[in-house]
Amino acid sequence: MDWTLLLYKTIFLFIIFLITLVVAMYSTYGERKVAAFMQDRIGPNRAGIFGLLQPLADGVKMFMKEEIIPLTANKKLFILGPSIAMSTALLTGVVIPWGGMLNIGGREFSMQITDLNIGILYVFAMVSIGVYGIMIGGWASNNKYALLGAIRAASQMISYELAMGMSIVALVLTTGTLSLHEIVSQQHGMHWNVFYQPLGFLIFMTCAFAETNRAPFDLPECETELIGGYHTEYSSMKLGFYLFAEYINMFISSAVIVTLYFGGFNMPFIDQLGLSPNFVTLLGSLFFFLKIFAFIFLFMWIRWTLPRFRYDQLMNLGWKGLLPLAIFNIMATGVYYYFTELI
Amino acid sequence: MQSLTDRSKIASDKKMSFLEKIYLPAIAKGMAITLKHFFKKKATISYPEQKREFSEVYRGQHVLKRDDIGRERCTACGLCAVACPAEAITMIAAERKPGEENLYREEKYAAVYEINMLRCIFCGDCEEACPKEAIFLTDRIVASQYEREPFIYGKDILLEPLDIEKRIDISKRQTESVLKFKENKRFAHNK
Ligand code: SF4
Ligand code: SF4
Repeated sequence: MDWTLLLYKTIFLFIIFLITLVVAMYSTYGERKVAAFMQDRIGPNRAGIFGLLQPLADGVKMFMKEEIIPLTANKKLFILGPSIAMSTALLTGVVIPWGGMLNIGGREFSMQITDLNIGILYVFAMVSIGVYGIMIGGWASNNKYALLGAIRAASQMISYELAMGMSIVALVLTTGTLSLHEIVSQQHGMHWNVFYQPLGFLIFMTCAFAETNRAPFDLPECETELIGGYHTEYSSMKLGFYLFAEYINMFISSAVIVTLYFGGFNMPFIDQLGLSPNFVTLLGSLFFFLKIFAFIFLFMWIRWTLPRFRYDQLMNLGWKGLLPLAIFNIMATGVYYYFTELI
Repeated sequence: MQSLTDRSKIASDKKMSFLEKIYLPAIAKGMAITLKHFFKKKATISYPEQKREFSEVYRGQHVLKRDDIGRERCTACGLCAVACPAEAITMIAAERKPGEENLYREEKYAAVYEINMLRCIFCGDCEEACPKEAIFLTDRIVASQYEREPFIYGKDILLEPLDIEKRIDISKRQTESVLKFKENKRFAHNK
């Protein structure tokens, strides 16, 4: 057994875990700031300088709240729901290549926890399991609103997963691989996939919004109609888990979007600078995170701009708009490669 | 029908054009608007440190005035309580004992004078009704509390301090014209 590798992976896993949590924590802060700024307000600024301790205060508040499990709820499932939501959200980060190769003591270490050759499929699988967290939570609450929210979440996820998968098929046609590391390596320099698959990118991003239950697709938890949807009955840290999972999902989806379409950890013009390989790797990771933050900002920007879709509009868009478009995209890509490779 | 503003739009059932159907241009337009607001000057004021400018005759927490030599002006006539539309004022009158002339200006005074700040709507009718120029509203803000009880302000809070330096200045609201107007109570409330 290779103990150095195991040690490295364990430490790296831990770091990624921490980063994910911290980013998600500060996304809540970021979201409130962005929302405030877009509404001509200042946002949280009392806890610490610029309100930077606000997420901590929120966390403490969540922990201190009374833990309520409704009498009529199915207790086991009620606890299982948020656990699934949280763990699947965290599990997705495993296959994302956070950086290139790191040279420590003459050995090459990859800044990716595991490079599955079916990386994309793994991400999909995890996202799909994530729906169970919402479904089970909504069902176990034994509350009509929660159940409605859960049903909406399930149908919305299924509808949008189709289009999402289809947009990925077109991407796989251009890259010829399912491994995320390969996909990123192919986008070296400025050969970002978004330039080859603009339509696919648009479809993928729209679906990513729907998959993460973010506005304008936040029907499962719309406050006005369903008083919170699937987490109506939840309180204390179990509610915190659901809310937190949403932010982790947002972070991970941004990471996946950047990996698939925006060159991952590739930085343009990095080769011309002539830096040491380790430094290039770290700079690349930094750039990767910058890109992720840009996307998180986009997520928030859109949330605070667009009103929520009506349910039939949502289904219309998914089945009659995005799905045919995605299929068309596959065909167009296929035809293009068929002819260019012949000539 | 004539429209009330120049911004009203006629609603119509017309089919959406292709550009409208794909939403994207409209979304971009909306995002441009929110981004513009992102960099705009904020409307928020960080309250306890920064305060908005108050009008000179702002109607905030009441003060019970003393006269020049420090005697309480209020004579517990109850006119303020009668005038108060929110029924926020209660008082218990007492008779001035010999030797208390330096404390109370009139022969009758308010032993207890309470205003319930949760009931008060800060209309200023009490100030207008008072024949003795004893009660005024000021530009001080009523502080928030955790319980209901502390909102019932007694004389300990309402009465202004004896010290001439610490008296509450109400000269802004008691101008010449106001005094003149007050001379003839016929003009005031109950008109
Ligand atoms: S404050 Fe004025 S109106 Fe009210 S009881 Fe005293 S003297 Fe009368
Ligand atoms: S300001 Fe108006 S409501 Fe308040 S105590 Fe005076 S009369 Fe009553």
